[in-house]
Amino acid sequence: MAFNHKHILGTEYLSREDIQLILDTAESFREINTRSIKKVPTLRGKTIINAFFENSTRTRLSFEIAGKRLSADTVNISGSASSVTKGETLEDTARNIEVMHPDIIVIRHGHSGAPHYLAERLNCSVINAGDGAHEHPSQALLDILTMRQHKGKIDGLKVAIVGDIAHSRVVRSNLYALNKMGADVHLAGPGTMMPSGIERLGATVHYDIRAAVKDADVVMMLRIQLERQGMTLLPTLREYARFFGLNDDVLKLAKADAIVMHPGPMNRGVEISSAVADGPQNVILGQVENGVAVRMALLYLVSGGEQAVE
Amino acid sequence: MAEQGTLILDKAGVRRALTRIAHEIIERNKGVENVALVGIRSGGDDLAKLLARQIAAIENIEVPLGTIDITMYRDDLDSRGSKPIGKTEIPFSLDDMKIVLVDDVLFTGRTIRAAMDALMDLGRPRAIQLSVLIDRGHRELPIRPDFVGRNLPTAINEKIDVVFDGERNPLEVRLIKS
Repeated sequence: MAFNHKHILGTEYLSREDIQLILDTAESFREINTRSIKKVPTLRGKTIINAFFENSTRTRLSFEIAGKRLSADTVNISGSASSVTKGETLEDTARNIEVMHPDIIVIRHGHSGAPHYLAERLNCSVINAGDGAHEHPSQALLDILTMRQHKGKIDGLKVAIVGDIAHSRVVRSNLYALNKMGADVHLAGPGTMMPSGIERLGATVHYDIRAAVKDADVVMMLRIQLERQGMTLLPTLREYARFFGLNDDVLKLAKADAIVMHPGPMNRGVEISSAVADGPQNVILGQVENGVAVRMALLYLVSGGEQAVE
Repeated sequence: MAEQGTLILDKAGVRRALTRIAHEIIERNKGVENVALVGIRSGGDDLAKLLARQIAAIENIEVPLGTIDITMYRDDLDSRGSKPIGKTEIPFSLDDMKIVLVDDVLFTGRTIRAAMDALMDLGRPRAIQLSVLIDRGHRELPIRPDFVGRNLPTAINEKIDVVFDGERNPLEVRLIKS
């Protein structure tokens, strides 16, 4: 029952029980977000630094709101506006942050493993808000909370994840977490975007979106990074949309009550048609809403996590 | 566990104490108009349910009933760690209501402080009153109950165990010596 993690570096390191506790805690925090006074004093006096060395709107805003609703002081630094552009190393930046005595650093970084590197060197808690193509644990946790709300359970669900599997940290975090929660994960994407050996993380690999989506309870579409167009990975966006985009015809193959998810930001008309994105099966904004509650749960649980080790 | 220690109240004793408290709540508030019960998790919520039933039996009025979880308002996150957070469910407006907070055991008063802060964040009650089954002393804050089932002087290292059955009905109260 007790949570004994000081850091949240990835869902790889969380147990099924940890994930359940995070989801249950998030459910309790959801209520605060609908009050007229959206603030509780739980983390009063704690300082949280959101260090985003990569662009982000949703995740950063979500972490910042989560911290503020728990009464923590949140401070943001972004890569483009910091000394990183003047050539400072990550370690030096971190050391300078540390002597200002933050309690939690939330970090997004383009290099896989950057949060781990900081966690080994700093005294405060570190939460990974996305590192390279490695993990994005809070996204996977909010995805699973959304699935649980709509399906009542995760055990036995068929989850199809479609898109650029190779470059997606969302996929890796979801793979670890969904497998621990007992889901049956199916991946689909072009061969150029499917890393070899990914099935060893616990997934069935398809190169046809229809095979993955067939009878699925959950269809999760991934963002195609537009800048990859014209590179060897992806000839044209039109071709991608035709073979791997989710439209009404493909969605019909899934279960009638299947939900459609997307971590955002969406490329309408590329990986997902507008009809599906705005259709009755989409829960995309519900994911964003759950993001605040999940991040409140993570901030709360790591704040007491060190003491809980007994 | 339940077999240990000294029996303070048996099932009938708990029921009589709650019946008396129900009468006192009605008397103090001259009826139950604008009165609502809010039980503190866990233990107080079950007692509040019983109190509401008793009040309904006497006055023929169902008073609004809510439960509150005070984990988010604790002052010991650093020393005790992150406890699981329960649900707060108050399905009515607190504004201008006379709220009777219900808890099983009153000890340091810190739980009640947290519960009052939590209530204030949810609305603006006209008054907050406090009802407890056992007052065991050792207050660390200037808080006193309005309705008490049993005053029980204890040593600081003793423990009060309010035992519930499978349906969350109180069975008995025991004093455990350490």
